[in-house]
Amino acid sequence: MVRKPLPMNEMPNTVEKVTDMTETKIAARKVQVYYGDTHAIQDVDIDIQAKAVTAFIGPSGCGKSTFLRTLNRMNDTIDVCRVEGDIKIDGEDIYDPKVDPVQLRAKVGMVFQKPNPFPKSIYDNVAYGPRIHGLASKKAELDEIVASSLQKAGLWNEVKDRLDGPGTGLSGGQQQRLCIARAIAVSPEVILMDEPCSALDPIATAKVEELIDELRENYTIVIVTHSMQQAARVSQQTAFFHLGILVELGATQDIFTNPQDKRTQDYITGRFG
Amino acid sequence: MPLFWLILIVLAVATVGYVLGRSRALASAGGERRKLHSLPSYYGANVAMKAAVPAFLLMIVWLLAQPFYIDNSISGMIPDSAISEGSSRGLVMAEVRRAARGLDNAVAMGEITDDFARNARADFNDITARLKEAGQIVTSEITQPVMRAAQRFRILDATASLIMAIAVLLVAVIGALWGLRETKADFWARNTVEGGVKALLIGAASIAILTTIGIVLSLVFNTIEFFRLYPAIDFFTGLTWSPSFSGRGGSSELGIIPLLWGTFYISIVALAVAVPVGLFAAIYLSEYAGPRVRAVAKPLLEVLAGIPTIVYGLFALLTVGPLLLSVFGDEGIGIMQAGTAVMTAGLVMGIMLIPFVSSLSDDIINAVPQAMRDGSYGLGATKSETVKQVILPAALPGIVGAILLAASRAIGETMIVVLGAGAAARLSLNPFEAMTTVTAKIVSQLTGDADFASPEALVAFALGMTLFVVTLGLNIVALYIVRKYREQYD
Amino acid sequence: MTETTLSPAPSSAETPAAPAKGKSLYALDKLTQKRNASETRFKAYGITAILIGLFFLVVLAVSIISEGTPAFTRTVVEVEFAVSQEQFDDAEKQLFKTRAYENLFISGLKQQLDESGVTVPFDEAAIERLLGKPGNTIRSFFRENPDQIGQPVGFELAASSRVDGYMNGRVTRDNIVDSRFLMKSDLDIADALVEAGIIKTAFNWNFITGADSGVDNPGGAGIGASAVGSFFMMLVVLFLSLPIGVAASIYLEEFAPQNRITDMIEVNISNLAAVPSIVFGILGLAVFIQFMHLPQSAPLVGGLVLTLMTLPTIIISTRASLKAVPPSIRDAALGIGASKMQAIFHHVLPLAMPGILTGTIIGLAQALGETAPLLLIGMVGFVARGYPDGLIAGFTEPNSAMPAQIYTWAARADYAFYEKAWGGIIVLLVFLLSMNILAIILRRRFERRW
Ligand SMILES: Nc1ncnc2c1ncn2[C@@H]1O[C@H](COP(=O)(O)OP(=O)(O)OP(=O)(O)O)[C@@H](O)[C@H]1O
Ligand SMILES: [Mg+2]
Repeated sequence: MVRKPLPMNEMPNTVEKVTDMTETKIAARKVQVYYGDTHAIQDVDIDIQAKAVTAFIGPSGCGKSTFLRTLNRMNDTIDVCRVEGDIKIDGEDIYDPKVDPVQLRAKVGMVFQKPNPFPKSIYDNVAYGPRIHGLASKKAELDEIVASSLQKAGLWNEVKDRLDGPGTGLSGGQQQRLCIARAIAVSPEVILMDEPCSALDPIATAKVEELIDELRENYTIVIVTHSMQQAARVSQQTAFFHLGILVELGATQDIFTNPQDKRTQDYITGRFG
Repeated sequence: MPLFWLILIVLAVATVGYVLGRSRALASAGGERRKLHSLPSYYGANVAMKAAVPAFLLMIVWLLAQPFYIDNSISGMIPDSAISEGSSRGLVMAEVRRAARGLDNAVAMGEITDDFARNARADFNDITARLKEAGQIVTSEITQPVMRAAQRFRILDATASLIMAIAVLLVAVIGALWGLRETKADFWARNTVEGGVKALLIGAASIAILTTIGIVLSLVFNTIEFFRLYPAIDFFTGLTWSPSFSGRGGSSELGIIPLLWGTFYISIVALAVAVPVGLFAAIYLSEYAGPRVRAVAKPLLEVLAGIPTIVYGLFALLTVGPLLLSVFGDEGIGIMQAGTAVMTAGLVMGIMLIPFVSSLSDDIINAVPQAMRDGSYGLGATKSETVKQVILPAALPGIVGAILLAASRAIGETMIVVLGAGAAARLSLNPFEAMTTVTAKIVSQLTGDADFASPEALVAFALGMTLFVVTLGLNIVALYIVRKYREQYD
Repeated sequence: MTETTLSPAPSSAETPAAPAKGKSLYALDKLTQKRNASETRFKAYGITAILIGLFFLVVLAVSIISEGTPAFTRTVVEVEFAVSQEQFDDAEKQLFKTRAYENLFISGLKQQLDESGVTVPFDEAAIERLLGKPGNTIRSFFRENPDQIGQPVGFELAASSRVDGYMNGRVTRDNIVDSRFLMKSDLDIADALVEAGIIKTAFNWNFITGADSGVDNPGGAGIGASAVGSFFMMLVVLFLSLPIGVAASIYLEEFAPQNRITDMIEVNISNLAAVPSIVFGILGLAVFIQFMHLPQSAPLVGGLVLTLMTLPTIIISTRASLKAVPPSIRDAALGIGASKMQAIFHHVLPLAMPGILTGTIIGLAQALGETAPLLLIGMVGFVARGYPDGLIAGFTEPNSAMPAQIYTWAARADYAFYEKAWGGIIVLLVFLLSMNILAIILRRRFERRW
């Protein structure tokens, strides 16, 4: 098994830490998602813990992305998509008519599968969110936010001399970290990541994984991944989806070492998917 | 129609060649198709091709060259003294051709015999009298030398046509024989035919180039001719446009500046209408509208693009003009004298350009990848923020290209300005005054009675040249930008 | 650090570092409200733009229909009366024969008015103003149909264009000026005739089938002859641009090597598509008429010019349809030993044909509506004085085309022609509409998803 060795003290510790603190950030109950007549998500109940990394795994087409996108109402932008059920963040129903998706998305940021920097300068890419949300009143403040976001995303040293250069001129891995910096810059509480490393090479992947691990201290992170190793490496909690159903949810270590469901076991041992 | 018959005969030769070639191929293989390199029909087609193509090529070249040759040899027959004051050799030659056609008609009607029409010694007065009897128009321009030249013209023309017919038929038959000789079982007929077809395809593709060359040559030659009669400096810098209608020479002032100003002003008004409306319509349709609204509104808007410009011209002249006049005219604000004005033409042209701008922008906005929108929405941007700060900047080059294309349309538009803008060339800032444009003046200078050799007519070519250069420049820049833009997201 | 400018400072009271933390989603902050308002405004601009476009479309349609429909009707006077053999012989003996028939007509008209119980004084001059000279029509009718003598015959006579105008509201009692064309008193007669049911409106077949009339006879103008001119032009365009366009597209799409020349041809074609149509008119004038001495005003020349003009459009759409045929089809044909040429002509071209035809029809529709280049090669409206005699004459004899005819009418001083121009537009649009519908049907019918 090709596995990048993690510092030995990391994994067991975190798992214990997570199992200790059980503050729930996102609680979903009986969530249904339809694309027109397709029932893409059925009866999903899930609790996502605060300040921890939750991984969604499952075979292609099982609805991981769909469910992830319901968490910050990105599905609103798809005409045929309909969401039912109850999703609460900090006890507030995000599908309540009083909630403005724009404000919600400031709180729940998103990073996509393919790096998608705007065709603007690196600076403007990061500053975009703070600007539209009015987070900085002075140029200096904005500069500060941009710099700290880039630092948190571990990109600062690589780009600090070319902030005016185009964001699209970076390498794939750098672009993805730029997108993470862009998401952090709005100071979200939750960051959703949909296969953030699938377009990256192993070294860039390692960097992003490291970053995710650091971000865990301040943010609630939900990550979709196809790589079981990645899920094992970065997450504390893992949810296994299959055919639109949440099959199993538990501490990452438990899921990988001692799955309760036959389907989970088949999947993690590579018998299907 | 002997040309018609000639074509038919060549086609007949080709058909016969086809049948012979096919059977000869079969015969050479002893009736066994499998021994042939290609299908039998290809052998037939090879013969037919060799019969028809060179013959038709010869015919086309001949038909193009013949008038030159004849003109040259006839032109020598007319002494300089026969060219009256203020006329030119070209005009006299036109007269010769007209007289020759008159003779043709008279012969066709049986009014005079062919021999008589050819007889160079026939009495001039007799001929003209008989021509008149035959109902042919005989003007005082037809003098003795002209009539003689016309007679000679007929003879040359007939002879040349006869020689051409013989030559073409000969080429057809030789071609067919050559094709037949090639026809053997191991001849690669299909490849030969396909080579020929490919040559035809290349020929078709190069028609586009030929068209451009034709445009450039016809503009350049006539423009040079114009600048011989009228100084280029005065044309490009003149602030007055007032062609004289009757005489030629001196009295006309042909300055292009007022026309360019009118063109520019009307185009600006048109773009001021079309760009915001078209752009917002495109944004709404691609970012906001549901599929149902889109399915209805988009084709309806595009109907505006399918309406011929003459309709818009009439709309400007008879609906929008009077409407504006009732508001801004003497009964209203009092700054408009007549229905035809910059505003009228510009407004209507703007309406015409709305779908042009909107569908181009729509394409361009749709080419911006969805990932870009997702990125922005994911950060909590509203739709309008996404449009204004991500999509439009990303689409900007493409949209600029689209606007340039629209501008080139506006500059080249003719019927709306001919009917809606007025006829007076004027340098004024008041958009409610009548002004005129380059295109409108091309039409009026070339549809009047002025003869083609006069500066008043030739100026149209110089105007056309200016128009062509300006629109071409805009198009090249616009297409380049759009192309670059498309590549960026491909 | 950068030149980028900042957006205006937010009025939010939170600390900039972590403003959203812990804030309820249910409470909309001020900034979000502002942003949503600007969102609503922006959306409203979009809707307004669409509505403006649709509004113009509606205004255009309403003007065309309301102004154009009168061109399809004409006002006729229907009078029935009999001419006996003696009256006929008598009239034929007189010096002013038509005058005699006119008198017969007038007495017939009087009688018919009496029968309906309407009385109005009128004289010969008034009748001539209303109806032109009816005597002529009547005389020639009886001379041609002697067997009808003695029987009551119904005559349908066209009223003058001013009466026409009175009937459809163009001429009113307020704006009429007494002239030799029409006096105020004539309107009383007209009213009486309407009351008696003698004046009627009938469908104006002459407008559909007729040719252009002189400047002084707007009533007699018809679009038929120029429609024939348009038809012959379209034949030329179809038979030249379809094969040439398809051939050029096949070469460029399937055979052309990627080199400078191909590039040049492609740039050339897209530029030609955007060259103003009037420039093609100049080309036609200089090359086809001045240089090749083809006949002026001939639909053949018009067709050639329009062919060159539509070729780029057709090539662009044809290439798109060729491109839409998946490469697997080509590979399949090549795989079983077909030559490239065979693969294209036997497999790709038939599959692309519906798309090509659709594009061609749309190109033809464009050409059908084109005006400016035709004016330059002499195809102006007043040339269309009659139908061509014969097929070849249809291509070579001077004629006009529908849009040019409409232009000529619009440019005439007599406003009675405006109505004809609008009517002509209706005819033109009916043709265009049918062509576009045909294209849409073709597209629907053969639309393929690979
Ligand atoms: N925009 C859409 N319209 C209609 N159906 C959709 C749409 N997006 C996704 N689906 C359907 O919903 C189901 C779940 O898709 P989803 O993208 O969530 O899968 P996934 O688990 O993310 O797969 P992958 O691992 O391949 O990304 C699939 O059957 C898919 O076809
Ligand atoms: Mg997915």
